[in-house]
Amino acid sequence: MNEPNINELEKIASQVRRDIVRMVHAVNSGHPGGSLGCTDFLTALYFHVMNLKKPFSPDGIGEDLFFLSNGHISPVWYSILARSGYFDVPELATFRKLNSRLQGHPATEEGLPGIRIASGSLGQGLSAAIGAAQAKKLNNDDNTVYVLMGDGELDEGQVWEAAMYGAHHGIDNLIATVDYNGQQIDGPTDKVMSLLDLKAKWEAFGWQVIESQGNDMKEVIKALEHAKSLCGKGVPVVNLMRTEMGFGVDFMVGTHKWHGIAPNDEQLADALSQLEETLGDY
Amino acid sequence: MTKLTYTEKKDTRSGFGAGLLELGRTNDNVVGLCADLIGSLKMGDFQKEFPDRFFQVGIAEANMMGLAAGMTIGGKIPFTGTFANFSTGRVYDQIRQSIAYSEKNVKICASHAGLTLGEDGATHQILEDIGMMKMLPNMTVINPCDFNQTKAATIAIADHHGPVYLRFGRPAVPIFTPADQKFEIGKAIKMIEGADVTIFATGHLVWEAIEAEATLEAEGINAEVINIHTIKPLDVEAILESVGRTGCAVSAEEHQMNGGLGDSIAQTLSLHHPAPLEMVAVNDSFGESGTPAQLMTKYGIDAANIVKAAKKVVQRK
Repeated sequence: MNEPNINELEKIASQVRRDIVRMVHAVNSGHPGGSLGCTDFLTALYFHVMNLKKPFSPDGIGEDLFFLSNGHISPVWYSILARSGYFDVPELATFRKLNSRLQGHPATEEGLPGIRIASGSLGQGLSAAIGAAQAKKLNNDDNTVYVLMGDGELDEGQVWEAAMYGAHHGIDNLIATVDYNGQQIDGPTDKVMSLLDLKAKWEAFGWQVIESQGNDMKEVIKALEHAKSLCGKGVPVVNLMRTEMGFGVDFMVGTHKWHGIAPNDEQLADALSQLEETLGDY
Repeated sequence: MTKLTYTEKKDTRSGFGAGLLELGRTNDNVVGLCADLIGSLKMGDFQKEFPDRFFQVGIAEANMMGLAAGMTIGGKIPFTGTFANFSTGRVYDQIRQSIAYSEKNVKICASHAGLTLGEDGATHQILEDIGMMKMLPNMTVINPCDFNQTKAATIAIADHHGPVYLRFGRPAVPIFTPADQKFEIGKAIKMIEGADVTIFATGHLVWEAIEAEATLEAEGINAEVINIHTIKPLDVEAILESVGRTGCAVSAEEHQMNGGLGDSIAQTLSLHHPAPLEMVAVNDSFGESGTPAQLMTKYGIDAANIVKAAKKVVQRK
């Protein structure tokens, strides 16, 4: 990987955060909290870490792949995809509207470039990502598969079925990241369904575990580079990434309350005043 | 038409195993996945000959569906294998989101469908799978009738781009279709020509319908027998052509009446050509332990019940 331009990446992240709050405000629905928390991670992935080919090909042969398992944070993914050139930025204004390619949760049916499988019903993305990683091995394609999951999503049993498979079959061309923000819809994960010692859980399932900070661009990149260095050893890698839900907008930070609601006009203005417009609003 | 007979009985799941093995030899993109039922699904020969393209997933069907969806990204054509119950009801949401809605080229291959798995009882005897699968947009639903047709269908679905549900069974049943008959998805096959009533049958019930036809013939009713191996897309043209001549119909399947082939026939007739229809299917009940033959009789889906239904429907014309 080249030397990252942290300043440049932070500017992109600021614009992406503006896009997120404007998108959910415009349709008075969507999920800003997790989107803001994962903005730095997705910016680092798409603008620095991943080897991507354009134009978009659904098969993704000869390039890195990204899967978003926690599909409800679609606003951040859509902004990232548009800002990295998969489709025109003004299309972000169609988010969640009738006849849009930007469905409430990511989908393939409308043909939005950048998306290879639908997600939204939780717990399914790790399986799909492992399947894609297995296909890469069959194709002698040495690129890497990335998948992001929510921590609340780890309540789903399928995640652990996939974890068992990943270790048993030595899926070592995959980096799974958990958005470890400690929040889910009904409250803190500790109250809703305790994750207990998450690191020990993944280790017991046979994965290499790294722990990282997800809202510091330097740290995000460092963690992903570390994760990459652990690939190819016959053991899958999971990155437990601590984030703050709502990061970047002070009144949304650290609470599940902004999981799935949109800001009103006044709150939008407040949020935008905290986020520098760096690449031009759509 | 020549009289349909058989000299050999074989299970339809072995037709799947044979078809998969042949596909392995002709199509490098075909991969197999199995949830700890390699022997039951007859996937052992494929596994032995193509170990690099076969994936044991353990007793984890939800993960198997997701893996299969993911493998299509990269051009693979995954064939998943487990019992019909665990291929559908257990994993409906995974199929819905990751396969059907995502338009993934996954072939969901399901054995031990219906009552004829026998002694294992109702926990395993799924009778709702056709309904669940046919309701999903983008999904093709196929229920072949014997070893030869199951083998041919297995081979044919690899060339069809899109999700497919392929349903077959456990017991040995007569082989009565030609080994060289090409399988055309969505194209019904007329087994016996007749004038008084059309029997639309699928899966194991096709042979029962053929036996019923002989009984009906002896009693002066000239029945037509059509093999609806593809429930979705349904061969509407063939159905209307036949009922247009015979004026009434019987549907026959190893499935619940709600949501099965009979429902699809009823819908077709109501919309295009209203005509009397009797349904031979399980009537809103779960199965139980017993031999396949005992269960088919007790739950009203054997040849005798087709005969009864045909006589009744002819009276309703």
